Amino acid sequence: MNFLAAIGRATLALLSTVGAVVLFALGAVVSGLTGRLYWRQLGRQMLEMGYFSLPVVGLTAVFTGMVLALQSYTGFARFEAQDAIPTIVVLSMTRELGPVLAGLMVAGRVGASIAAELGTMRVTEQIDALTTLATDPLRYLVFPRLLAGTIMLPALVLVADVIGVMGGWLVSVYKLGFGPIEYINRTFEHLETQDVVSGLVKAAVFGFLLTLMGCYHGYRSKGGAQGVGAATTRAVVSASILILIANYVVTELFFAR
Amino acid sequence: MPETPTTPILAERPAAAAAAPAKIAIRGLVKSFGRKRVLRGLDLDVPEGRSLVVIGGSGSGKSVLIKSVLGIVTPDAGSIRVDGQELVGASRAELDRARRKFGMLFQGAALFDSLPVLENVAFGLLARRLVDRRTARERAIATLAKVGLGPEAADLYPAELSGGMQKRVGLARAIAAEPEILFFDEPTTGLDPIMADVINELIRGLVSELGATALSITHDMASVRKIAHRVAMLYEGKIIWEGPVERLDDSGNPYVDQFVHGRAEGPIKVGVERNG
Ligand SMILES: Nc1ncnc2c1ncn2[C@@H]1O[C@H](COP(=O)(O)OP(=O)(O)OP(=O)(O)O)[C@@H](O)[C@H]1O
Ligand SMILES: [Mg+2]
Repeated sequence: MNFLAAIGRATLALLSTVGAVVLFALGAVVSGLTGRLYWRQLGRQMLEMGYFSLPVVGLTAVFTGMVLALQSYTGFARFEAQDAIPTIVVLSMTRELGPVLAGLMVAGRVGASIAAELGTMRVTEQIDALTTLATDPLRYLVFPRLLAGTIMLPALVLVADVIGVMGGWLVSVYKLGFGPIEYINRTFEHLETQDVVSGLVKAAVFGFLLTLMGCYHGYRSKGGAQGVGAATTRAVVSASILILIANYVVTELFFAR
Repeated sequence: MPETPTTPILAERPAAAAAAPAKIAIRGLVKSFGRKRVLRGLDLDVPEGRSLVVIGGSGSGKSVLIKSVLGIVTPDAGSIRVDGQELVGASRAELDRARRKFGMLFQGAALFDSLPVLENVAFGLLARRLVDRRTARERAIATLAKVGLGPEAADLYPAELSGGMQKRVGLARAIAAEPEILFFDEPTTGLDPIMADVINELIRGLVSELGATALSITHDMASVRKIAHRVAMLYEGKIIWEGPVERLDDSGNPYVDQFVHGRAEGPIKVGVERNG
């Protein structure tokens, strides 16, 4: 019966973690919405997450677009369906790869740095100090980060979509013999608003989740430098897993009709 | 587990309570972390306008005690009254109101390392919306001067400061809003003896200048003698002795004697206990 007990214990642990995360998120959102907004914190985080993530997201997007065009070509040429390449590239980018890859890259970059920063503030008692200076740490530290992530990831994904399509265009025009204008026309031929919108909704969800994981694990870290390191790892791993799960859920909501 | 002697303290406390009204009154405070019982029914009064220092070994729960009063740690049971107002189980708004009376210097200074010194010191003033930005700036510069730092320190970041300077900035941040009650968590640990004395002098001066009530923690006996009016000893989750600082050397309490004179032999057994 040890086996069942172990399953039971793991389930309970999982449930209590989920509960704690939900409570943490609710607490941050409620205290963020009920009091003053710290504009300077928000601006700093938006700059940090949006602007400074551009290079890494852009690089990921351009190579993804390029490889998409190349891979689809080698496959589709077998049954004379090369014309579908622009559509394949733009739909894959906007609906799936743009948000997922940007989400994962930003989770590694921003999620980790949030966890490290808040973790350090926790173990050096800076978070306690905020409380004694009449400042709610959830409102001052956590809410601006959650908001910045939810706003900036869609913006990044929009940029990634454009750059990804450009990557596909580059390979198709210079390597696969597409006409430059023709490629662009075909790109928009089958593209629907919903394709882009669903990607942006995903991005907003991912942005919220990855900043939430960074904040949650950083905020609760303990035990000095080692604890902060562990929190950083947990933040990135849990954010990545949640992004992949949420990706399926949002796709299901949008397209399973 | 050895029984902790309670007789001397019972003789002491009623007299103290009668001398001045208690600014902070703590009764039956209990706090455990998991199976570890840190505070086990602690009673303590801090009289108004006096400086009380809590001494006790490492890990005896001194920081937990202060953090309970500040509302950072939630006690399991007991009562903490500040100016007669109950803080245990108080609403967030009530706690926030009480915290306006508080200023705290943390064990490691806990300066915000993303902000320059000036903004650290002005933080509480701006957070409470007491003054506008410009006035806050001026007040912060004036407060820095009180702790012996010139305006040229204002634009430095905490990482650029030595430990002693960080403590001074932490001190400036704690007193900037002129609180009624000051908390000092080991203000002199990690400092050289001269800098420690400078900080002690500052604390003594500031407490009397502000007319504030102070609750401090330290295991630095030189610091105790300098900044304390009254001393309380925390041992196994309870206050086992409390009295005026003049009585420290003839407390008649073997635990206090051992601690004050830093002897390995005595009733306090120092084991290598595992945390957690
Ligand atoms: N948040 C917490 N979670 C778990 N245990 C804690 C927590 N805070 C404190 N403790 C435990 O409570 C005990 C008392 O800690 P506290 O920090 O109050 O000690 P202290 O008397 O201030 O020691 P020192 O003089 O070394 O600062 C320690 O054993 C510590 O491990
Ligand atoms: Mg301590």
